[in-house]
Amino acid sequence: MKAKNEMRISFPSNSNNEAFGRAVVAAFAAQLDPTIDELSDIKTAVSEAVTNCIVHAYRDTIGMIYITAKYDDHGTLQIKIRDKGCGIADVEQAMQPLFTTAGEERAGLGFAVMESFMDKLRVTSKLGSGTTVTMQKNLARRVMKNG
Amino acid sequence: MGVRLILKDGCLTALLSGEIDHHVARELREEIDGTAMRTRPSVLKLDFSGVQFMDSSGIGLIMGRYKLMQTWGGSVTIANLPPKLEKIVSLSGLRDLCSVVKEVKEVEGEE
Repeated sequence: MKAKNEMRISFPSNSNNEAFGRAVVAAFAAQLDPTIDELSDIKTAVSEAVTNCIVHAYRDTIGMIYITAKYDDHGTLQIKIRDKGCGIADVEQAMQPLFTTAGEERAGLGFAVMESFMDKLRVTSKLGSGTTVTMQKNLARRVMKNG
Repeated sequence: MGVRLILKDGCLTALLSGEIDHHVARELREEIDGTAMRTRPSVLKLDFSGVQFMDSSGIGLIMGRYKLMQTWGGSVTIANLPPKLEKIVSLSGLRDLCSVVKEVKEVEGEE
């Protein structure tokens, strides 16, 4: 992907940063003039990924969460959310809807939401060194009003 | 903060507002459960009309309250779901567990 614009942020895995993380990505995505629905999809998917870092990757500790986002000339937005936490033993199992290892009232829908709200989702993980979630959304280009 | 609780005729209404994520859900849960366990209503109505954002933590919140209400034979109603939140609720299958209603708000002379 040839980036037309890109950004990166990092922040500690405190749960009050969930709103911060998704708001920053939404502000960046807004440059592509997305619809309200598209923006809501992006915010939700980012919120799921960031929450996974907080609830799972850094379960009993606080660590850094790294987000990079970029988009190209065709309106494709790519978001990467990375942690250096515990990693996922079985990614395929973790991505099954309703599967959860967190006791604290988790629906087990995080990956299912990312998958259905974004156009592409890839998860790579290594036990003991962390997880990277890469998501892509193709933002329908709309007719520009008066240039 | 994000919830106002009203008990009327055995129905506990939780007027939710703002953004519901994992951070906020924790506080909402404590607040709702505290009152629900004390008053044991037959219906818990979660009113989403003031909610601008919700991720799957909100689904966990609804499912958890469903389980709580079940312990004394009560039920959960999801009211006034904004169009924005319909997608995630549909994905969750919650419609099989809770009734989903739209209500026309009565204007209660709050000027």
